[in-house]
Amino acid sequence: MGTVEHIIPLNWYIVLASFLFCIGVMGVLFRKNGIIILMCIEIMLNAVNILLVAFSAYSGNSDGQVFVFFIMVVAAAEVAVGLALLMSIYRNIGSTNIDVLNKLKW
Amino acid sequence: MTQNVLNDPTLLFLGLLIPLFPLLGFLVNGLLGKFLPKASAGWIGSGVVLASFLCVLCIFNAVSAQDVIRIDVFDWIVFSGIDISFGFSIDPLTVIMMLVVTGVGFLIHLYSIGYMHDDDGFGRFFTYLNLFIFFMLLLVMGSNYLMMFIGWEGVGLCSYLLIGFWFKKDAYNDAAQKAFVMNRIGDLGFLIAMFFLLFQFGTLDFAAIEKLVPGITSHQGLITTIALLLFIGAIGKSAQLPLYTWLPDAMAGPTPVSALIHAATMVTAGIYMIVRSNVLFAMSSVALQVILAIGVVTSVFAAIIGLKQNDIKKVLAYSTVSQLGLMFVALGLGAFTSGIFHLVTHAFFKALLFLGAGSVIHALHGEQDIRNMGGLKKLIPITYITFLLASLAISGFPLLSGFFSKDEILAHAFQQNILIWIILSISSLLTAFYMFRLVYLTFHNSFRGTDETKHHIHESPWTMTVPLVILCALSVVGGVLGLPAVFHAQHWLAGYLSNVTAGSLPYLHHPEHLSHSLEIILMSIAGAGAILMILFARHQYVTKKQLPPSDVSLTGFEKLVANKFYVDELYERFISQPVFKLSDAFGGFVDKQIVDRLVNGVGTLVDMSGKTLRLFQTGSTGFYVFAMVLGMIVLFIIRLLI
Amino acid sequence: MLIYRMDQLIFFTLSVLTLLSALIVVFAKSPMYSVLSLIVCFFTIAGHYILLNAQFLAITHIIVYAGAIMVLFLFVVMLLNLNKESEQHKSPKLRIAATISAGMLFLTLLASLKSTQLVSFIAPPPSDNGMVEHVGQKLFTDYLLPFEISSILFLSAMIGAVVLAKRDKKR
Repeated sequence: MGTVEHIIPLNWYIVLASFLFCIGVMGVLFRKNGIIILMCIEIMLNAVNILLVAFSAYSGNSDGQVFVFFIMVVAAAEVAVGLALLMSIYRNIGSTNIDVLNKLKW
Repeated sequence: MTQNVLNDPTLLFLGLLIPLFPLLGFLVNGLLGKFLPKASAGWIGSGVVLASFLCVLCIFNAVSAQDVIRIDVFDWIVFSGIDISFGFSIDPLTVIMMLVVTGVGFLIHLYSIGYMHDDDGFGRFFTYLNLFIFFMLLLVMGSNYLMMFIGWEGVGLCSYLLIGFWFKKDAYNDAAQKAFVMNRIGDLGFLIAMFFLLFQFGTLDFAAIEKLVPGITSHQGLITTIALLLFIGAIGKSAQLPLYTWLPDAMAGPTPVSALIHAATMVTAGIYMIVRSNVLFAMSSVALQVILAIGVVTSVFAAIIGLKQNDIKKVLAYSTVSQLGLMFVALGLGAFTSGIFHLVTHAFFKALLFLGAGSVIHALHGEQDIRNMGGLKKLIPITYITFLLASLAISGFPLLSGFFSKDEILAHAFQQNILIWIILSISSLLTAFYMFRLVYLTFHNSFRGTDETKHHIHESPWTMTVPLVILCALSVVGGVLGLPAVFHAQHWLAGYLSNVTAGSLPYLHHPEHLSHSLEIILMSIAGAGAILMILFARHQYVTKKQLPPSDVSLTGFEKLVANKFYVDELYERFISQPVFKLSDAFGGFVDKQIVDRLVNGVGTLVDMSGKTLRLFQTGSTGFYVFAMVLGMIVLFIIRLLI
Repeated sequence: MLIYRMDQLIFFTLSVLTLLSALIVVFAKSPMYSVLSLIVCFFTIAGHYILLNAQFLAITHIIVYAGAIMVLFLFVVMLLNLNKESEQHKSPKLRIAATISAGMLFLTLLASLKSTQLVSFIAPPPSDNGMVEHVGQKLFTDYLLPFEISSILFLSAMIGAVVLAKRDKKR
C-alpha cells in the first residue's frame, strides 16, 4: 500500500469531523453524568484527530500525524486525572451529577 | 548703542550675592527665628540688606553707562525653539533700581527695629521684609520677562503677607486680599503679553527682544496689543485708575510696610517694567497715549480725593497714587529718564513721609486721625523737621529734589501738549495744598487729643530717627542727580541711562526743545504756584485755625470727595456682587446638580453593572459549558463574517 | 449518490458506524451502553486511519484508546455502580436548547467550509508517510523536545491520579 488516491475528497473528511465534533458538543450539553461528559469530550478530541490525519494525508506532510500522537498522549493523561477527580467527587458527594456541584456562585 | 558685556568673575559673584543676602536673611529668620533672641531678628534682617547694598555699591562703581553684566545661572525652560534661562542682567537701569531698593530698604529695616519693637510678630516681620527685598531684587535684576514675573508675583505675595500682618483683624485681612486680587487682575495682562511675546519672538530675553522688535514693522497691531497688556499689568501693580483702590486700603499694614512697598519699591515695578520695554512702547503711539491719559486722570483724581482725607496714612496713600500717575505721564510722553528720575526722588521723600507719619503714630500710641493731632511741632522736633522738608520736596519747592524731577516732566508736557501741562500743574498745586494741610493740622496750633496721650508723647528712638535724617538729606540734595541744562550742568541720570533708552529714540516724536528762557519761566511758575498754595494752606489751617469737619456733617461735593467718589462702593456693587452671585449659582447648581450627579453616576453605574454581571456566575457546570459553546459559535460566526 | 469505488464504500460504512455509535454514546440510558458504544466508535475511527494510510496511528489509537482509556472508563463505571435507574436527565427545555446549539455549531462549521477555498493539494509521490519508520523518524528528530516533555506530563498525571483517588486516611 503506497499512495492514497484522492477518490474520497477532503471535504468529506471535514464534514465527518465536524459532525462528530458536534455530536460530542451535544453530548456535553445533554448529559448530567460526569463520566458520560468525559466520554463526549473524548469524542470531540477524536474528531479533531480525524481532521488532522486527513490533512496530513492529503498534504503529504506527516507533521499532522505526530501532532495526533501528542494529542493522544494528552488525552490519556487527562482521562486518568479526570476519572480520579470524579472518583473523589463521588466519594464526597455520593453522586456524579454535575448539577450538584454549584456552590461556587454569586 | 554700544554695549559691553562685562565678564569679570568677581562682578558675577557680587551680582549673585545681591539677591542671595536677603534670601539668606529670610531663611535664617524664618527657620531659625525661634532659637535666636528676639532682637536679633531685626539686626539680621537689616544686616543682610546692608550687605546687599554694599555689593550694589561695588557694582555701581564698576558698571559704567555702556556696560552690562549678564549672569546666567542655569538654563531653565528649553524646548522646541523656546529658550528661557534663569539669569540676571545688570545694566545702568538695574543699578539705579537696586540702589533704591537696597538703600531705602536698609533704612526702612533699621526703622522697623524701633517701630515694631513691642510687636509679637517681630521676627515674622523681618522674615517677610527680607523675602520682599529678595523678590524685588529678582524683579529688577531679571534678564527676561519671566524672571521679572517671578519677582512681580513674589512681591505681590509679600505685599499680601505684610498688609495682613496683624492678621487677627478681619478688616486687615480683607485689605490684604483686595491688594492681592487686584494685583492678579493686572498680572493676567502681563501673562498674556508674555505669551504674545513668546509667540512672536520665541524668546522673553530683554536684550533679544530689543534687537528683534524694530524688525516687526508690519505687525503694528501686535506691538500695540503687547504694550497695552503689559500696561494693564502695570496698572494693577502701580495702582493706577481703575485698579488703584487697593493702595489706600493697604494702609492697614504696619507703617514701614507702607513706606517700603507702597511708596518706594513695589508700586514702582510697573514704571520699571515699562522703561525696561521702552523700545516696545515707543513703537506704539497708541499705547503711549493710553498711558498718558490714564496717568493724567489718575494724578488729578487722586489729588482731589487726598484733599479731604483725615487719616494721616490715607492722605499719603492717595498722594502716592497721584505721584505714580505723574510718573506714568512722563512715560507716556516718551521721557523715560524723567520717569525714573521722579521715581528715585519720590522714593526718598515718600518713604520719608511715611516713616515720619509712623513716627507720629508711634509717639501718639496709635492715633492716626489728624483731627486729633496738632501742636506736635515742639514735642517731636526731628520728626517735624524731616516731615516738613519732605513735604516741601513733594510740593516742588524750588531747589529741592522734587522740584527738579517734577519740572522735567512738566517741561516735557509743555513741549507736547499745553493742555496736559495745565492739568498737571493743577495736580501739583493740589498736591502742595493737601500736603501742607496735613503738615499744619498735624504739627501746628495746639494739641487736640486727650491729655493722657499728650503726656506720653516723646521723640522716637535713634533707630527710627536716623533713617529719617538720612532720607531727609537725600530728599534735599537728590536733585543733583538730574540737574537740567538750564543751570549749565550735566544731567547725570540721563547720561547714565542713555544706553537703556537709546533704542526707543528713533520712534519717539521729538518736539523742538524749549528755549532756556521758556524753561526758566515754567520753573518759576511752578515754584511760585507751590509757594502760593503753601501760604494759602497756612492761611486756612494755621491762621484761621480751620478744622476738617466730622464725617457726618458733610454735604454735596465735599461728601463725594471725602467718600473717595464712592469708587469702592461702585466696584463692590457692580463687580464683586455679581461675581459672588455667579459663584453661588455655579456652586449651588452646576457643582451640586450636574457635576456631583455625573461623578456619583459613574460610581453607581459601575456598582449596578457589577451587580448584574455577577448573576452570570450561577455555579452550575452545565450552564458554563453551555456558555462556552455559545461563545464558540459566536466567535466562529464573527470569523466567518469578517 | 453513486459509489464508484471500494474506498468510498468503506468510507461510508465506517462513517455511518462512527456517527451511529457516537449518537448511542450520547443518548443511551445506561452508562454501560455508552461505554461499549464508545469502544465501537474508536474502532471505526481506527479504520478511518487505516483508510488514510496512517498505520502507526491506527495501531496506537487502538492500543491507547480502546485498550487503555476505555478500560479505565469501564472500571470506573463498574466501580461506581451506575445503571439505568440512577441516571438523571435534564429537563426537556434544556435538551432542546442543547440540540439547537449543537446544530448551530454544525451549520457554522459547514458554512465556513463552504466559504473557504481549499488549496488543492498536489498529489504526493508514492510515499510511506504513515509508516512507522517515517513517523518515528519525525518524532525523534523534529519533535524530540515535546516527546521528552510528554514523559514528564505522564509522570505528573500519574502522581495526580494516585493522589486524587487515594482513600482518606481516617477511614
